[in-house]
Amino acid sequence: MAIVAGWLVGTVARAMRVTPQGRVLILDVPEWPGNLAGQHLDLRLTAEDGYQAVRSYSIASFGDGHSVELAVDELPDGEVSPYLVQDVEPGDMLEVRGPLGNFFVWRDSQTEPVQLIAGGSGIVPLVSIARAHRAAASTAKFRMLYSVRAPEDAYYASELEGLVDDSFALDWVYTRTAPVGFARTAGRITRADIEASTLPVADNPLVYVCGPTGFVEAVARILVDLGHPAERIKTERFGGS
Amino acid sequence: MAVFSRGFGARRRESDPELPPGQYLTEDFPVLSAGPTPRIDTADWSFSITTESGAVTTWSWDELMALPIEDVHTDIHCVTRWSKLGTSWRGVSLDTLFADIDTSDAYTMIESYGGYTTNVPLEDLQGGKAWIAFEFDGEPLDPEHGGPARLLVPHLYFWKSAKWVHGIRMHSDDDPGFWEQNGYNMYGDPWKEQRYW
Ligand SMILES: Cc1cc2nc3c(=O)[nH]c(=O)nc-3n(C[C@H](O)[C@H](O)[C@H](O)COP(=O)(O)OP(=O)(O)OC[C@H]3O[C@@H](n4cnc5c(N)ncnc54)[C@H](O)[C@@H]3O)c2cc1C
Repeated sequence: MAIVAGWLVGTVARAMRVTPQGRVLILDVPEWPGNLAGQHLDLRLTAEDGYQAVRSYSIASFGDGHSVELAVDELPDGEVSPYLVQDVEPGDMLEVRGPLGNFFVWRDSQTEPVQLIAGGSGIVPLVSIARAHRAAASTAKFRMLYSVRAPEDAYYASELEGLVDDSFALDWVYTRTAPVGFARTAGRITRADIEASTLPVADNPLVYVCGPTGFVEAVARILVDLGHPAERIKTERFGGS
Repeated sequence: MAVFSRGFGARRRESDPELPPGQYLTEDFPVLSAGPTPRIDTADWSFSITTESGAVTTWSWDELMALPIEDVHTDIHCVTRWSKLGTSWRGVSLDTLFADIDTSDAYTMIESYGGYTTNVPLEDLQGGKAWIAFEFDGEPLDPEHGGPARLLVPHLYFWKSAKWVHGIRMHSDDDPGFWEQNGYNMYGDPWKEQRYW
């Protein structure tokens, strides 16, 4: 897993609009070496005149095989994400390099309790971790807290609901619009939310936090304030403020 | 030869010849760190250099501030592909801090509050190439960006510019630091695109 090869050609196999701003892309990458749950890749686009742009994307799929799943959220003024969300179609080609990152990963040999906390598209590497947990029939205690603007903005909502069982709990935070009858009023994630809806310090969980930089900063700070040791908190910051 | 991505040309930005290969320009200041942001009060802050003989030279915040402070204008390049041009920093040159240090080791391990480490050859820290920086754009450095002080070694990818810097330990060999053990290049020259293993 240590060798990062050069750029690999990928063909878009499927492109599915899953939220008002986002798509899931399934790439077929014949030379893909497989990846651990939680890793990311670099994706490169090349224009006809040779101009290139590269961005990082987390990988929602894990394990062996040459099918690589991404979920991309469109940033209105972006260069790459609007192309991936609006323009690219099955049959189109692009390039990827990876898998990258050996730190924000979960291996099925891990047995300790795990708390996953995602904001927006930050769910992508955590979905792959949740999938790996299920695929391994791991009994490690998992709990996920997913913060989204509104119900329709959630990626993988029904799949995640389907994972809920004795060893996987799922909690939601809605920042702008909560579903009818949802107990919590819409608003940004707070210390009280984290206290109420995540594994306590006493469980000594390993915590994975992923999302826009501002979200990760806020959540990681609350976790430290609550007494989680900094070395038990793994973060992946997607950018933005 | 790269494959073309159909229709991407319509979305492309202008390319910038000042940028190393594979980088794009940003006006923001993105953040790459593996864990929570440590918060260190300058009253508790210290910086030390430890040599192979075990000798430790330590500076408190006030002692650092009493040293000659330099203005640094430089481009910075992050391995996650963003670059910023013409950023302004203030800090103390590593030449000043190493002036009275007696070592024959050629490598260093930079150590940070929070436990992160990164390896840099000593010669890359000397000769006006590296600083302990505590001001960015005229303001005290935000904790998110490594405040109260970070290493600034801008000719290498920015993960080498360790945030929340706490000390430097001399090493006889080029041992990998935290990011280097987790997939990043040992040296990290952006102009040679030394991103990963
Ligand atoms: C390790 C890693 C994994 C990532 N995984 C994913 C993923 O799974 N899905 C996904 O959709 N994105 C992911 N991202 C973000 C992605 O790499 C791009 O930054 C994003 O798609 C925007 O690129 P762009 O070219 O459209 O925008 P750009 O043209 O780069 O930027 C447009 C504007 O938006 C700002 N900006 C950049 N990124 C963000 C952000 N994340 N939030 C808010 N503002 C931003 C820029 O500073 C700029 O002002 C990941 C980033 C990293 C570092």
